[in-house]
Amino acid sequence: MRLSLGDKMMQRSIYILLALLALLMLYPFWNALVISFNLGSDTALGGVTLWPRAFTLENYYIVFQDDRLLNSFLITILRTLCGTALSVFFTALLAYGMSKKTLLFRKQYMVFFMITMFFSGGLIPSYLLIRSLGMLDTFWVLIIPGIISVWNMIVIRTFFSALPEGLEESAKIDGSSNYGIFFRIVIPVSGPVLATIALFTAVGYWNDWFTGAIYITEDRLLPIQTLLRQVMNSNIMTQIGSSNAIALDHMNRNRTITTKSLTMATMMIATIPIILTYPFLQKYFVKGVMVGSLKE
Amino acid sequence: MNTAGKPSRWKKFNSQLDLQSMVWPGIIFVFIFSYIPMYGVVMAFQQYDIFGGMMNSPWVGWMQFRMFFEAPEFWNVMRNTLVISLLKLIISFPAPILLALMLNEVGHMGFKRVIQTVSYLPYFLSWVIVSGFVFSLLSVDNGTVNYLLERFNLVQEPVNFLAVPKYFWSILVSVNVWKEVGFGSIVYLAAIAGIDPTLYEAASIDGASRFKQIHLITLPSITPIIVIFMILAIGGLLSAGFEDILLLATNPILRPYSDVIDTYVYRVGILNARFSYATAVGLFKAVISVLLLVTANKIARRADVSLW
Repeated sequence: MRLSLGDKMMQRSIYILLALLALLMLYPFWNALVISFNLGSDTALGGVTLWPRAFTLENYYIVFQDDRLLNSFLITILRTLCGTALSVFFTALLAYGMSKKTLLFRKQYMVFFMITMFFSGGLIPSYLLIRSLGMLDTFWVLIIPGIISVWNMIVIRTFFSALPEGLEESAKIDGSSNYGIFFRIVIPVSGPVLATIALFTAVGYWNDWFTGAIYITEDRLLPIQTLLRQVMNSNIMTQIGSSNAIALDHMNRNRTITTKSLTMATMMIATIPIILTYPFLQKYFVKGVMVGSLKE
Repeated sequence: MNTAGKPSRWKKFNSQLDLQSMVWPGIIFVFIFSYIPMYGVVMAFQQYDIFGGMMNSPWVGWMQFRMFFEAPEFWNVMRNTLVISLLKLIISFPAPILLALMLNEVGHMGFKRVIQTVSYLPYFLSWVIVSGFVFSLLSVDNGTVNYLLERFNLVQEPVNFLAVPKYFWSILVSVNVWKEVGFGSIVYLAAIAGIDPTLYEAASIDGASRFKQIHLITLPSITPIIVIFMILAIGGLLSAGFEDILLLATNPILRPYSDVIDTYVYRVGILNARFSYATAVGLFKAVISVLLLVTANKIARRADVSLW
């Protein structure tokens, strides 16, 4: 297609604008990464913005000495794995049942679920519920309240409803139960949509700090994001120093560590797993978001 | 028929127990974690007794609501909620549409893919991390922003941006755009991809410029989806933000500009343990939000767009 002069100018400026935008998107992340690999005392002199001036792994070394941090990292991994597995399983099971037109009370169930998308009891009643269930300061409070997502159910159900009917017919003739069809036929052909939902669920669990902030008071159960927030609001050096002799010793001998450099290293550790995952799943989630935006 | 209707329904229910057993875990779950808290809002009409629980708390009618309306914070909280929401509506809402329109003009697939991947990145970062970036970039001791401002002699000494109330709204909205713009564009890109290409061919044969084509073909074609998101945004007018504000406005000096309904509920409810009062404030918000959503949807229905 031949472009007119005006069109060409518009296209040029769009390329330039988008390139600038991409740099702006990356910069905060890049800057934090650079600081995490730069000697703290050097960062304090100012001017480190694009490239580490005094490269070091010291910040990461100190952070990895801290048991409390490693523990929170472990809690977050466990929580993300268990939570994602349970959530995707129960949400997909629910979505499959809801996708069947023969399901008795299907309409009523749907209304029951939809209401929760527009109205909720709010923060305090939820907090009191969790408290009366005895779930405060348990590992399960980090997982269970988020297991069923009505939105995800609708996305998966839309996908299931669009599957060709013939797919299940032959299995029905063979006398398979609904569970048999669900596990042996429906799940295997739903890879992309389930992967998308799993990605978003996992990111949700990984990034959630608020659950930990209101329901958890014991250090041994704190997820990394919640811990990170606590650390950012206080002094990370005294926190690490108070809990770890090796780190304290190192910090006293080398006066190169600063609060800022340690915080950045911790932030990077809490982020890298996500950065490494999402680009590979991009083509799936773009499709998934499209499925979700289709109205019935 | 009526007398026979019930038993036959039961029979049908019994014959599909395996199918029903697939949905019942979900129903029970949603009942416990969504409907019990919904019932819990009756607390808003009580004076919650920490030791007695909901069963033994005295009823106080609308007292908690009256207390909120008469509270010295009321107008401030309402103003901040509405102003921040409107700023988000004016700036954060159209931003992804603009980005999608620009991305659609990019012919080079590799370039487009890189830009998309990069712009999705912030969406996947937690608000804790994002607030960490913001604190670092805006920090007084050698944050990039102050570094540049000083370098170019725009300020005499570093500005402590997150301690100046009047800057807070701009910072909040900018950070929101940064985090959400890329991901928000996906839906609009998908809608644009669904437009019949022959429309563009016909227009370009007629000599319409790209700009005109965007104006006359692309925008009208994606209007329905824009309206859907607009309805949702109007329903969310009282949800001005929560995590972002809680994490960015750590300095209490910002409160006259940063305190919104949700952060207020958190503060008085969880931190000060005024359970009934906070529930009443939350209920006030929830009811108005539903009303706004229904009204917006009603208006949109005239243009044949509806959420349900």
